Amino acid sequence: MTDTSYKVIRSTRASRIGSIIGLILFAILVSYPSWGDRATMRLLVEMFYILALAQMWNLLAGYGGLVSVGQQAFVGLGGYMLFLITIHFGVGPIWTVPLAGLIGALISLPVAFLVFRLRGHYFAIGTWVVAEVFLLLFAQVKTLGGGSGMSLPVSVIKSISSSRAGRDSAIYWTALLVVIVVIGIVYFLLRSRHGLALTAIRDSEEASGSLGVDNFRAKLLVYIFAAFGTAAIGALIFLTKLRISPSAAFDINWTTTVIFIVVIGGIGTIEGPILGTIVYFLLREQLADFGSWYLILLGATAVVVMLKAPQGIWGIITHKYDLRFFPVQRRLLLKENDSQES
Amino acid sequence: MIEWANTIIQGILTGGLYAMFAAGLAIIFGIMRLVNITHGDLIVLAAFVAMIVIEVTGVNPFISMIAVLPIMFVVGYFLQRGILNFTLGDDLLPPLLVTFGISIVVQNVLLEIFTADSQRLKAGTIETMSLELTEGLSIGVFPLIIFITAVAMIVCLQMLFNYTRIGRAFRATSDDATTAQLMGINHKHIFGLAMGLALVLVAIAGVLMAVRTNFDPTVGPSRLLYAFEAVIMGGLGSLWGTLIGGIILGVAQNIGAKIDPGWQILFGHIAFLIVLVFRPNGLFPRTRDD
Repeated sequence: MTDTSYKVIRSTRASRIGSIIGLILFAILVSYPSWGDRATMRLLVEMFYILALAQMWNLLAGYGGLVSVGQQAFVGLGGYMLFLITIHFGVGPIWTVPLAGLIGALISLPVAFLVFRLRGHYFAIGTWVVAEVFLLLFAQVKTLGGGSGMSLPVSVIKSISSSRAGRDSAIYWTALLVVIVVIGIVYFLLRSRHGLALTAIRDSEEASGSLGVDNFRAKLLVYIFAAFGTAAIGALIFLTKLRISPSAAFDINWTTTVIFIVVIGGIGTIEGPILGTIVYFLLREQLADFGSWYLILLGATAVVVMLKAPQGIWGIITHKYDLRFFPVQRRLLLKENDSQES
Repeated sequence: MIEWANTIIQGILTGGLYAMFAAGLAIIFGIMRLVNITHGDLIVLAAFVAMIVIEVTGVNPFISMIAVLPIMFVVGYFLQRGILNFTLGDDLLPPLLVTFGISIVVQNVLLEIFTADSQRLKAGTIETMSLELTEGLSIGVFPLIIFITAVAMIVCLQMLFNYTRIGRAFRATSDDATTAQLMGINHKHIFGLAMGLALVLVAIAGVLMAVRTNFDPTVGPSRLLYAFEAVIMGGLGSLWGTLIGGIILGVAQNIGAKIDPGWQILFGHIAFLIVLVFRPNGLFPRTRDD
């Protein structure tokens, strides 16, 4: 008789090495404003918020199975909340980032009530309609600049810091904090009980339902959380832009970009969007002089990836090397304690 | 009062155009269970194809359809057989993300070739002719032609589905592709033909739209949304429903525009959301959405 005991393993050697590399990278990035140049810093800020957006969309589509093409609704909402809260309530601009997130989460409830009536494919286009409604409504609000938009008043900008370098650093650290918090929350959410439920839904909705997972509740939770994160990121984005207009705030390109990033990098993983973001910025910087060709190339690449390697670049890598820097899965290690050597 | 009657009649006629956008989308979903996000961009593509045909041959837009319809049929057939057939299955992600990717590619390629300039196809005096119904109430001849075309299109489609061999094959494949295959139907070919047919409808709608309004490479997504809203409001699987959906959308937009020009599109979306709240399966549901 074989006496089998087992233990559940979560971390891998790659994840332990990864966390050391991560710490070093973190130290480099945190100290960057003290020794780096301004242009690179701006590019990094953009990378941070695009990556954070991509993680949010990945949580929605990759884990929750909620393919939204209307997340720009929350990007724009968050952006407008920055202007509304700083100008009319005198709150410091940095603090509007979490506040915008809370408002986004609150607004996502009635939105979910509407779009959750649409199933599968139709959900995607329904979210897009909602984003258009947001755009058209905000274009009607005269105190927020109406259709032509508005700029952040100088007094509000100065309230971050009186010097330009001080403002740049403050925004940089905020962006860095946002992306770390977003990845951290996604990571711990996926490691938790809810994450297990989400992974089950991702793999098969019927099966997870039959095992007692409340699919609707899990999806709603993901939707609200993504709205929170996306709106907070929206406030951050327009804090770097200092100007907002309905067409810029509710631009479908916020969602297009992150969809391509997630699909190319690898949907349903935390590493995928990170890789996708790097690929995206490399392509964009290389093809900067060729107008919209980088979008055509990205779109075509995403189509090919979806058809030929639906797990994306990271999927190909893990298939070959079994690398995991963010171990959200559980592995069963069996130890057979009989006469044979284990 | 007469002004409002006018607004509503204009809205109904606009609805005919939206029903044409919607019919193609409804057929694609009905037969392939595929929601084609590229739909709006294909409407715009058809308009640009017509523009080239007209520039090369000098014919008027209506005659140009003799070339545009077969071209779009071929585009549809190969789009389906070359790409979209590989996305079909239980997983929702591939068809959505692939058609989304193609949409961005089509849009930006058109932008690179034709720039963002606004275009319009000229059809001559017919554009401005109107019929006077009563004192102060007249309707444009061209919008009326569009509406009649939409109705004729739906009648033809119903007859095609109900009384022809190919229509039977479409319905059989839609009900159960595997069993249809056992009966000797090549479902991949049928899907290709269905997409070809849908793009013929798209081409008719695209050319008529291009005569009626200005267009540029970026207007595709909003046409997709109108088509989608008409399909959902009408009820999935019902072609006459799409006409009703299109009319509701057209009337809502025209009422919005009458109150304030900035509200035109918003009113259409709001009408859609209201229907969604009270009749989530649309007004004339026939098939269920899974």
